[in-house]
Amino acid sequence: MMRRFLSFRDFDWPLLGVVLLLCVISVGEIYSATLNTKFTGFHTKQIFWILGGIVAMFIFSRINYHRLLDLVPWFYGFSLIALVAVKLGGTKVLGARRWIKIGPMHFQPSEWVKLVLILAVARYFANLGGRRLTWGDILKAFLLVGLPLILVLIQPDMGTALIYTPILIGGLLLGGISIRQSLILAVTGFVLIFGIWNSGKILKPYQKDRLTSFINPDDDPRGKGYHVIQSKIAVGSGGIWGKGIAKGTQTQGNFLPIPHADFIFAAFSEEHGFVGALFILLLYFLILMRLIQNAQTAADLSGSLIIMGVVAVVTFQILVNVGMVIGFMPVTGIPLPLMSYGGSSVLFTFLALGVVMNVRMRRFVN
Amino acid sequence: MQSDRMDREAKLSPIRLTAVQYGILVMMLVLAGGLWRLQVLGADSYRLLAEQNRIRKVPVLAPRGKLFDRDGNILVDNYPSVSCFLIRDQGRNIEADLPMIAHGLNVDVEQLRAALRHYKYAPGYQPIPIKQDITADEQAFIEAHRFELPELLTIDEERRLYPRDGFASALIGYVGEISEEDLNNPRYAAYEPGDVVGKAGIEETYDELLRGEDGSRDVIVDSHGREVGYLRTQHAKPGQDLKLTIDNDLQKAAELALGDRNGAIVAMDPRNGEILALVSRPSFDPNAFSVRINRADWNKLITDPDHPLMNKAIQAQLAPGSTFKILMSVAGLQEGVAQNMHVYCSGGADFYGHYYHCDEHHGAVDIHNAIPMSCDTFYYTLADKLGIDRIAKYAQAFGYGQKTGIDLPGEQPGVMPSQQWAAKYYHRKWYAGETISVGIGQGAVEATPLQLARIIGGIASGGHMVRPHTVFANEMTPDFHKALEQNYPGVGETNVPIDQDNWMTITDGMAEVTQPGLYHTAGSAHLDGIDFAGKTGTAQVVGHDTLSKMAKTHATNPNVWFVGVTPCRNPELVVAVLWQNGGFSYYPARIGAQVVEAYVEKKRRQEGNLPAAKTTAAVDVGAVWTVPGTKGKSEHVEAGHFFVGGGQIFAAKAPAKPEKPAQPVSPKLPIPVSAQLGIAIPWLGSEEKLVQP
Repeated sequence: MMRRFLSFRDFDWPLLGVVLLLCVISVGEIYSATLNTKFTGFHTKQIFWILGGIVAMFIFSRINYHRLLDLVPWFYGFSLIALVAVKLGGTKVLGARRWIKIGPMHFQPSEWVKLVLILAVARYFANLGGRRLTWGDILKAFLLVGLPLILVLIQPDMGTALIYTPILIGGLLLGGISIRQSLILAVTGFVLIFGIWNSGKILKPYQKDRLTSFINPDDDPRGKGYHVIQSKIAVGSGGIWGKGIAKGTQTQGNFLPIPHADFIFAAFSEEHGFVGALFILLLYFLILMRLIQNAQTAADLSGSLIIMGVVAVVTFQILVNVGMVIGFMPVTGIPLPLMSYGGSSVLFTFLALGVVMNVRMRRFVN
Repeated sequence: MQSDRMDREAKLSPIRLTAVQYGILVMMLVLAGGLWRLQVLGADSYRLLAEQNRIRKVPVLAPRGKLFDRDGNILVDNYPSVSCFLIRDQGRNIEADLPMIAHGLNVDVEQLRAALRHYKYAPGYQPIPIKQDITADEQAFIEAHRFELPELLTIDEERRLYPRDGFASALIGYVGEISEEDLNNPRYAAYEPGDVVGKAGIEETYDELLRGEDGSRDVIVDSHGREVGYLRTQHAKPGQDLKLTIDNDLQKAAELALGDRNGAIVAMDPRNGEILALVSRPSFDPNAFSVRINRADWNKLITDPDHPLMNKAIQAQLAPGSTFKILMSVAGLQEGVAQNMHVYCSGGADFYGHYYHCDEHHGAVDIHNAIPMSCDTFYYTLADKLGIDRIAKYAQAFGYGQKTGIDLPGEQPGVMPSQQWAAKYYHRKWYAGETISVGIGQGAVEATPLQLARIIGGIASGGHMVRPHTVFANEMTPDFHKALEQNYPGVGETNVPIDQDNWMTITDGMAEVTQPGLYHTAGSAHLDGIDFAGKTGTAQVVGHDTLSKMAKTHATNPNVWFVGVTPCRNPELVVAVLWQNGGFSYYPARIGAQVVEAYVEKKRRQEGNLPAAKTTAAVDVGAVWTVPGTKGKSEHVEAGHFFVGGGQIFAAKAPAKPEKPAQPVSPKLPIPVSAQLGIAIPWLGSEEKLVQP
């Protein structure tokens, strides 16, 4: 009676096309940015991550997302255990425990938790069926996201923890929060953040410094503000047309910090100018609009909410990363999806796309 | 599925979705606006900044701490020097400039490439060193080519200035660029490639104190590499100066006394373990290391069969020969065996079916004359009566076979054999015959000069044994001192009780050694008016039987030892002398005597107590030696007379006037420091071969 109609004809090929175009640009820029560094050759690694990601995406697109939603409590439980495990026995890199080593694989649970949280929030609000939210509903949603968020925050990995917040905010806004409730929450949040900032206990001084240095980077040009200044000089000196591939003096002279990962947008903007940077933004805009369109046409509320969770995360990462590069946002170490080098980030993006594809392919399945 | 059915009717609010779309559009426009502001409106100013954005981190190198002797005389200083660095973040094709740089700096292109490879992974803004200690001409070259070669940078630094000709080099050590290997060592976790680090001796042990902390300066340069200003300077923290326990005057005397003989001297205050002088030969010139040493010179140093880089005072492990008899005497007397032992020496004795030689026919020997005559037959018998276990027990208690714990790297423990030792390392039984050889410090017994100084100095001090050290403890924090004792483990300070009577017997015997007398082994080292005692040692490098079959060469000459103390009881100074393949043990005794005399004279001078110029009641010594063949003259034997006294040894072919020292007979004898003491020991020249009697 229920016709299982899943065809790759319904796969979102235009979306995949734009995504792959971004990946190609990313590999090219990683190659250019690492030419004179000890990271030379990372672009080939990135190619392997992307190929792996594509395979993972196709596999995930075959899995019924309802099945995933049914399993969410298990995923969620395992995520919490993994986050606790990483805090207790993870590998320490640069003063923070974020990685867990299983055999030869380094595994950063906080990345995968993003996907789990997207599914968990989608399931939660879909089960509420789109009715007006009570304060109890809102509190439960906060707990759902807040628990893993705090575990990541104490790793400490403030950047990734921040990415979880748009999942919650997106879920609340689309899940049926009233305008009055959201205003009350916004004011409370503001007061809370103000309080945390001044208590001097929760945030470490270096985290505070990193968060504020973008406002007055010239106070300490070789210290905390260094990254921001160098990044702005890289972007600005690119001009309209850019300096050309592998010709960015900021990128090639190692002035730009980690030009293949967090600051890849600065490296690209220096070498390809305003035109190139705008082109990248346009590609992201196309991807996001296409995703929202898929959310509109999804067969049910849970499918829409999953896609919008992905939209929330990707949008937030673009805002924070590009904002950081041009000096609008603090330096938080959040990668630019599909552009920054990094296996966990690439795999997350493609897995999320796989789920999105499944939602799309099932849009006519009743 | 319940949830499916429930939410199927519900849909996302289209208004809110549209709001999200507009929100994203606004975000994109804001970001695009930011890019427009930077890349279009700000392009020119940012391009200028990028041009000027040559904040170059230039190291400000910390001067290393200086080393002073115990009287405050400077031993190791620094001198200003200029080094050339290469900057890589200028976007220039450095490879193309290399030949020109190589030409101007008088280096190999390959050497420059190697440096570039070596620092491949260093941050781009960090200049890399390509030539140290450049000459004025090379500096002029860099100045003159500022525009063609903007990547070259000169940095002022302080370099190590060591005493000339390897004076105290075994003790001081040297510095050099940190090696790949060291960088992986946890001790050097805070060091970076290119750092200068102590590689041997005091420089290595006390590197953490001496090195200080480098600072840095952020220099703004234009696109031509010219400095246009400073942003920030973090001053260097100079290294700590160290006051060594070394006495420069005594060190000088010891260096001169040993000359260029292959061996070592250690002089120590046995009351507290302060090392007063330490010499090892052959030596090396550490100044050659403070700038990068060239490969040929390095290879020469490490392949030299006489091991110039070895600190023989703490690393040469050799049979102690008859110096071991002092320990034997302690063991024999403390065990109540030696007191009533009477032996008739007829030039040797039979033990376990083997004949053991003695040097002379000493006749009737007891413990009182066994020490000065160094009668082997007596000690063979004593060893046989004591047995190896009792000997080993005493030897280990006094520190044979264990490191002393001196604060110098690479100390060796020596070997003290025992039944356990034979079982553990050779999986065999101990042979009774071996005990006989051990009795005269042969067989498997091995000791370093420092060990002998500590042990014999300790025995002469009534069993108070010290931890030797080269830097005063108050020069460092208690924590550093504690860590030092852990990192340089050894027996350290111990007390081994010796009965008063036995102590008197042994010290009296040692005092007799340096008195003229029949069969006394170091009568010729006698010092008039100085309470000076000691013990000689001769250790065969090949066995008696083998020696009789093979041709005698320099290499078959026995290693000779002397350990002297002054005064003879509770001494203030103990000096151990080793001369490898030296031949006769009264030679090192004379060398030791010079050090002792220099010490006593300095002390008396300081106390305003120096006796009037001595009428040289010198000991008249006869000697026979061969002179190597020279042009028109074949190898021949010569004989002569010499005077030993007044801290000097004079040749006296014809009976010479002692007031007028003869000129050195051997003009080839290299004198390491300016010959202040005017010593000439003709028959000890390195090229002369001694005739075995």
